[in-house]
Amino acid sequence: MTEATISKGTDWGYAPAPESTDHIRLKERYGLFIGGKFVPPISGKYFKTINPANEKALAEVADAGEKDIDRAVQAARQAYEKVWRRMSGRERGKYVYRIARLIQERARELAVVESMDGGKPIRESRDVDIPLSAAHFFYHAGWADKLPYAFPAKKVSPIGVAGQIIPWNFPLLMVAWKVAPALACGNTVVLKPAETTPLTALLFAEICQEAGLPDGVFNLVTGAGPTGAALVNHPDLDKVAFTGSTEVGKAIQKALASRGTKLTLELGGKAAHIIFEDATIDQAVEGIINGIYFNQGHVCCAGSRLFVQESVEEEVVAKLKSRMETLIVGDPLDKNTDIGAINSRAQCDRIREYLKVGVEEGAELFQTSCAVPNRGYWVRPSFFTKVAQSHRIVQEEIFGPVLAIQTFRTLSEVLEKANNTPYGLSGGVWTDKGAKIFKVTRGIKAGVIWANTFNKFDPASPFGGYKESGYGREGGRHGLRAYVELS
Amino acid sequence: MSTGLANGISPSFRIQPHPVDEVGIKERAARLATRSIKKSSKVEGLKLALSMIDLTTLEGADTPGRVRQLCAKALHLHSARPELPLVAAVCVYPTMVRIAREALKGTPVKIAAVATAFPSGMNPLEVKLEDTRYAVGEGADEIDMVISRGDFLRGDYGRVADEIVEVKKACGRAHLKVILETGELGTLDRVRLASDIAMEAGADFIKTSTGKIQPAATPEVVLVMLQAIYDFHKKTGKMIGMKPAGGIANSKQALHLLVMVREVLGPDWLTPDRFRIGASRLPNDILMQLEKERTGVYQGGDYFSND
Repeated sequence: MTEATISKGTDWGYAPAPESTDHIRLKERYGLFIGGKFVPPISGKYFKTINPANEKALAEVADAGEKDIDRAVQAARQAYEKVWRRMSGRERGKYVYRIARLIQERARELAVVESMDGGKPIRESRDVDIPLSAAHFFYHAGWADKLPYAFPAKKVSPIGVAGQIIPWNFPLLMVAWKVAPALACGNTVVLKPAETTPLTALLFAEICQEAGLPDGVFNLVTGAGPTGAALVNHPDLDKVAFTGSTEVGKAIQKALASRGTKLTLELGGKAAHIIFEDATIDQAVEGIINGIYFNQGHVCCAGSRLFVQESVEEEVVAKLKSRMETLIVGDPLDKNTDIGAINSRAQCDRIREYLKVGVEEGAELFQTSCAVPNRGYWVRPSFFTKVAQSHRIVQEEIFGPVLAIQTFRTLSEVLEKANNTPYGLSGGVWTDKGAKIFKVTRGIKAGVIWANTFNKFDPASPFGGYKESGYGREGGRHGLRAYVELS
Repeated sequence: MSTGLANGISPSFRIQPHPVDEVGIKERAARLATRSIKKSSKVEGLKLALSMIDLTTLEGADTPGRVRQLCAKALHLHSARPELPLVAAVCVYPTMVRIAREALKGTPVKIAAVATAFPSGMNPLEVKLEDTRYAVGEGADEIDMVISRGDFLRGDYGRVADEIVEVKKACGRAHLKVILETGELGTLDRVRLASDIAMEAGADFIKTSTGKIQPAATPEVVLVMLQAIYDFHKKTGKMIGMKPAGGIANSKQALHLLVMVREVLGPDWLTPDRFRIGASRLPNDILMQLEKERTGVYQGGDYFSND
């Protein structure tokens, strides 16, 4: 058979496979969750939360002010003093287990709402966000009655009332990271979710009601920056935990400087992702994709700075381009979508600004050729080559599907470049040589470094950063430390 | 490091090692299995899969009657659906080629014969070549050969390559599919190396398994081989075909295979000329699914002929 007689390939593709939303019953308007009940905000003010994939409003959400915060903190204080701190670990554990099981039971609903409110593909919310959220509650429920074993020869007691502020990139998962250890260790909580993604946190409040969690143990206040500031500035907090931007993290640190309030921060990142010439190239390319395009790049530990050894640069870049062209960008609720919508207009503008800056700085931009919907906020998967350490796209966290690719020749060179950043949250290395893995993981100052994989999370594994990526750990035995007093 | 292939086949015959990460490959294969193929794309995909099947019978107990029955099935998949595509080929032992030839005369269905001391390959080269020439002489359009796993596992890659080159010559105009028997190779690194050797030595298709050994066409093995084909195409411009075989019995597996081909190699490979599925039970499961899509209900197995 000659090439000419070979039949042409078939243009077989995937029909739309939208996840059903028929079973979703969102309320038109959500109040604040204080003392076990949904209550309207004192100001009577609400704001809309929208679906970033079509810019349609999903629900109205209360805008909490200082007085609401005060009510919530008081409710948490009462619950702490009267109920939760006195309860045995075993009893507390039962509630946390119950929450975990209810998350599993309502997994489908939570996954769909997560994708509607935040824009992330249903494949990720269904397979990653929601199962991991349940896993965090299960994991910490197990610790509730075993805390003395986590800290041998110490007396373990809770801290008190924790004010927690979480970001919009993994809305429910961040609820789990924050709330599960706090409750398991005997603390009560006032949580503020991000203003663009409050819905799954509100559903979580319903779950707490369903689980019969004592009133006031978990309280939810919704709102934007000022609400968060009011929470941080409330004098009756014993602990503040924040995940979000480095800029806000620094402001919180200043605000708490003169107070005894304990603080943990999980902030930005600009992870080095290193590909050596002896790596398994096809799998490394998958790792790059997973490292930077997972969740539209809205990941603090994203592998946003790629370092490829010069001898394989051509191959890696060519394969990356061809793999990126197969990424399906579009409707977050379609089960085949790989890349969903950018979380908000503000973030979309910010990413586009960086794309402009990168080109102006002289870097070469590649974007996939896929079409994107007319409505909603979208950025095609992108990367820059011909970039230098001094470029802003290399130094600053973009928090979008934008990768900066550099090359290196030697191990010492790449370690120097990898560490030359104010951040230190995560990193990645690809090589088939075990010894090289250890050299790199010891050489990079970052909280988590993945070898021959990327963006893997487990409740038993501590997560957190160095330098301007914050301090304190979440997950694992180390994560418990942030929610206990030891004496 | 390179694997220079000896015995004077071609001095430029050098293969770069391409290590494979097993965990990563399994993850990617599993992720591709989550593609949701519904409605029109399911129907189209299943029809496409039907057209790519090498309908196979490779039993010691095969009889001329059984082979004729298989050929009849190849030409009349389901009497209720005459518009469905024909399968690509039937695959039989060399002594059955003549029977199949008569049964399939004047039809586009090809005849594939297994040869080279299938399934073990444990015979001298001369016998294997004679086996091949016999099958081609009987009228086989395609030859499915096995590599010498003994030589390969011993590290005698040159010998493995030499044999393929010789068998290819013996094939004449017949197409050559090279069976790696991945279930005996042990690691994905070796699957990759065997794929590279087979393509360099002249395979038109590379094929996973004989169907006699488990595991056979696992998703990760198929993925590694597809990536080898991708790299070979980038390097040489040649488009090598792929044939998973062994244990592919249901529609879901078939669609998963098509998804892998589409996303690794692209639509150019979505043709029976570049992608085949070796199977015996698969057609009936596909028919059952297609009838379900048409009528909305599953029909019992007895409404489809077993051949």
